[in-house]
Amino acid sequence: MALPPPDPQFVLRGTSAAVHTLHFSCGGQEPDVPILFSGSENGFIHVWNLKTHRVDVALDGHGRKSVYCVQTMGGKDRLLSQGRDQRICTWDLAEGRTSVTDSVFTENVGFCRCSLLKVAQGRWLMAMAAKATDEVQVLELPSKTSVCTLKPEVGAKLGMPMCLKLWQLSCGSQPLLLAGYEDGSVVLWNLSMGKALSQLVCHQEPVMSFDFDSEKAKGISGSSEKVLSIWSLDEQQNLQVYKTHKLVNAGISDITIRPDKKILATAGWDHRLRIFGWKKLKPLAVLDYHTATVHCVSFSDHKNPSERLLAAGSKDHRISIWSIYSQT
Amino acid sequence: VCFIPGGLDCSISFVSHVLGKACVHGRQKEILGVLVPRLMDLTKSDCIWQRICWRLVECVPDRWMEAVVLGFVQRTPGADVLSRLLGNLVVKNKKAQFVVTQKLLLLQYCHTTAVLQNLLGYLALDGLRRPLLTKVLQELLETWGSSSAVKHSPPEQQLYISKAILICLSHLKEPEIESCRQELLTSMMEGVKCHLDSSLPQIRRLGMIVAESISSKINTDGPVLKFQYEEDDEARELKSLLVQTPPFCVVPSLPDDDRNEKADAALPLVLESDKSHTAAPVTPVEESDAELDSDDDLIPYDMSEDKELKTKAPVYIRDCIEVLTGSEDVDKWEATVKALESLVRKNPAATREVSVELAKILLHLEEKTCIEGFVELRQRAQVAVLTTDPIPVAKYLTSQFYSLNYSLRQRMDILDVLVLAARELSYPKSHGKTKHSGAQKPCIQLLPGSDSSKDWRRIVDERIKSKTRRFATGPSQGELASSPNEFSSVAGHFFFPLIQHFDRPLTTFDLLGEDHFVLGRLVHTLAVLMYLAVNTVAVTAMGKALLEFVWALRFHTDSYVRQGLLSCISSLLLSVPAQHLLEDMTEELLETQSWLGDVVEKDPDGDCRKLALQNLLLMENLKKKLEPVLS
Repeated sequence: MALPPPDPQFVLRGTSAAVHTLHFSCGGQEPDVPILFSGSENGFIHVWNLKTHRVDVALDGHGRKSVYCVQTMGGKDRLLSQGRDQRICTWDLAEGRTSVTDSVFTENVGFCRCSLLKVAQGRWLMAMAAKATDEVQVLELPSKTSVCTLKPEVGAKLGMPMCLKLWQLSCGSQPLLLAGYEDGSVVLWNLSMGKALSQLVCHQEPVMSFDFDSEKAKGISGSSEKVLSIWSLDEQQNLQVYKTHKLVNAGISDITIRPDKKILATAGWDHRLRIFGWKKLKPLAVLDYHTATVHCVSFSDHKNPSERLLAAGSKDHRISIWSIYSQT
Repeated sequence: VCFIPGGLDCSISFVSHVLGKACVHGRQKEILGVLVPRLMDLTKSDCIWQRICWRLVECVPDRWMEAVVLGFVQRTPGADVLSRLLGNLVVKNKKAQFVVTQKLLLLQYCHTTAVLQNLLGYLALDGLRRPLLTKVLQELLETWGSSSAVKHSPPEQQLYISKAILICLSHLKEPEIESCRQELLTSMMEGVKCHLDSSLPQIRRLGMIVAESISSKINTDGPVLKFQYEEDDEARELKSLLVQTPPFCVVPSLPDDDRNEKADAALPLVLESDKSHTAAPVTPVEESDAELDSDDDLIPYDMSEDKELKTKAPVYIRDCIEVLTGSEDVDKWEATVKALESLVRKNPAATREVSVELAKILLHLEEKTCIEGFVELRQRAQVAVLTTDPIPVAKYLTSQFYSLNYSLRQRMDILDVLVLAARELSYPKSHGKTKHSGAQKPCIQLLPGSDSSKDWRRIVDERIKSKTRRFATGPSQGELASSPNEFSSVAGHFFFPLIQHFDRPLTTFDLLGEDHFVLGRLVHTLAVLMYLAVNTVAVTAMGKALLEFVWALRFHTDSYVRQGLLSCISSLLLSVPAQHLLEDMTEELLETQSWLGDVVEKDPDGDCRKLALQNLLLMENLKKKLEPVLS
């Protein structure tokens, strides 16, 4: 007799706008407080204190235009945010400061979240959608020099890049980029040569979001249709579809694999969160709390496994925090 | 009759005379039945026999030429045989030319398609005769394209001419088409306009098929004209005429066949190849069992609540009104449209409070999203509202019928809804679910077909059958439970407002002018309403008004309208009780009778004649029924 799905551990209210992006920063030692960053449609980035469940600081740096990506750069003192004002900003939040240290003007009016990868101490690679519709540009931070621009070949008709992920097999190896495009295909790019290594058509609709497990060389992508697509990367750097999973309702906004690679969570347009086992994509739970589309989902990076949390941000202005399968 | 071969100069003119006389007396079948096969064999390879045969027909006197030529054309099995037997008769003999190019094609239309094929194939086979073919085609196109011909000639003749045109087209070669391309184009444009203007679906379809064929001939590369119409045997037969499979003809087989195949499907074909471009083939790699299933320690939760997301439709009528008028939420709007009819029927009291408002909203409701069967859903909701609160809603709808700024489609919707509601109201409720029959198919074609009249005619036929005497009757149907006819109290409200303003033209709507198609629909609607009003109190008054209405319009040029008028007379005769007919309307009925007699004899449309005959029979029956009463 299966148990009914759990309720959220707590719900964060107070953004007063749809929540588009979430990022945990809970890896610090005591007395550091676990933090959740959230970006909203009204341009604010809220820094939530997960002990008091209240907003500590609200950052206003994107001219009241929607913030759709927040990420930390090595700790909760440095934050990167991307907004619809066509800017990517880096913040300095140490010791109570709330200032924008740097910004990149992307000239891109899309919704593609940028992707960060740490390549060396103090050096980062950032992939973002560029000015031209189907191009992806990779910059090095903090110098903001362009490493390469990835252009699909003429006539490929991939459309806009929808989601990006930079990864490397191990520290020091070649960084690679996976990009999901508007036409439903996922492309693997080699950054040093600026060439596409492999292209796979996974969906008939745009790829809304994907996540990739570099250890198992397997990825999962979701689209606006009813199908989740799982694909793998073989020895020859070729992408292949591994299997597909049919959903009850169409539309996925976000997919994330938990850092321990045991489970993954999808955020759906049908207001529900779904949890699957990563190994075989076994459906594990359907979390039905929100009353509008869930825009983003994120797992926490707690050092202690039993404290791990899952957060979901939705159009109904709420952020639900769940503790699920944290005992394994 | 046996000929002596070899060098003798024989005179065949006597034989020609005999042949001519026999044919003119109607003995074509007998004499040609023997002669033609014999001549066919003899002329197959022998030139002399061919020439003898030509002499034979050339010597037939002019006054018998027509019979002989007609006989030959009908008897020969193929155009090539005809060519062998007649030679260039049409070029040499004026009378023969007249018969072949004018009389058989334009003045008569009783001949079969095989005859047409023979005739036109014969014209196409020889260089001397080909100019005649182009001439014939031009004349046929002139007739096809003349609007008075389309309006006044019977559908059978129009079908005949269309077939002839298609066969001619199939025989024409590229250079000939080049030379008359401009004329073909002009006549096609004119002709297609007249045909599409017609109210009869068959004529429209003929026009569309011929226009498509002409267009495919003159634009061999580039976009061709393509219409959407119902494919049935007649259409297929017509299109098959475009392709010739002649063993002797030099005409190359045309690529029309492929194009016609594509033109066939009225629905867009979803190309299967598109689907194959999508997801790459899934290679289900079997998970090796050796890998330990460490997923097993993750116990799934109960997911039985996970169902498809359905937007809830509102439960109250007033909520429905709100959603339909204001809401931006398309999911809710869709759900409301789907649920509206059943809500209206379940809450009659609530509906009555807001019935006119609801009717107004529904009349103006446009398709916001792509729902399947939107037109039908809207119509059913309208019918539900009308049957729940007939009088005010009927008043509203009939007044809107004659108002400014409605589209033709909306006006016809009003008529359809009135008819459906009247049927529903007049049927006994215990008849089970009211028949939402396919009688009113909301068509999304150019102009919708008048299915109601066909279905209705079937009902009238049954009624007529029931009035004829039977000597043996089968077991009667079980008695249906009777209940009060709800239509009787509201029949007048449906009927009289519709009939009131038909002769008052508005700026955008002129029943007696351009919008004769709507007039046709109106007349048919009145006929049905009259029919359904049987046994109601208002029926006599309705009958009188209808008779006046019919009298005013009886010479209308549109055959669809005339058919409707005759249906009105039928329902009148069937619904109004015989005594009342005799007492109140004797003079009018007598006048009508003489008009009907006229129609039976002189009306070009076959359906009109049939209906008029039926009406006369009904009147006869009436008289007979009343005779024992009178005497």
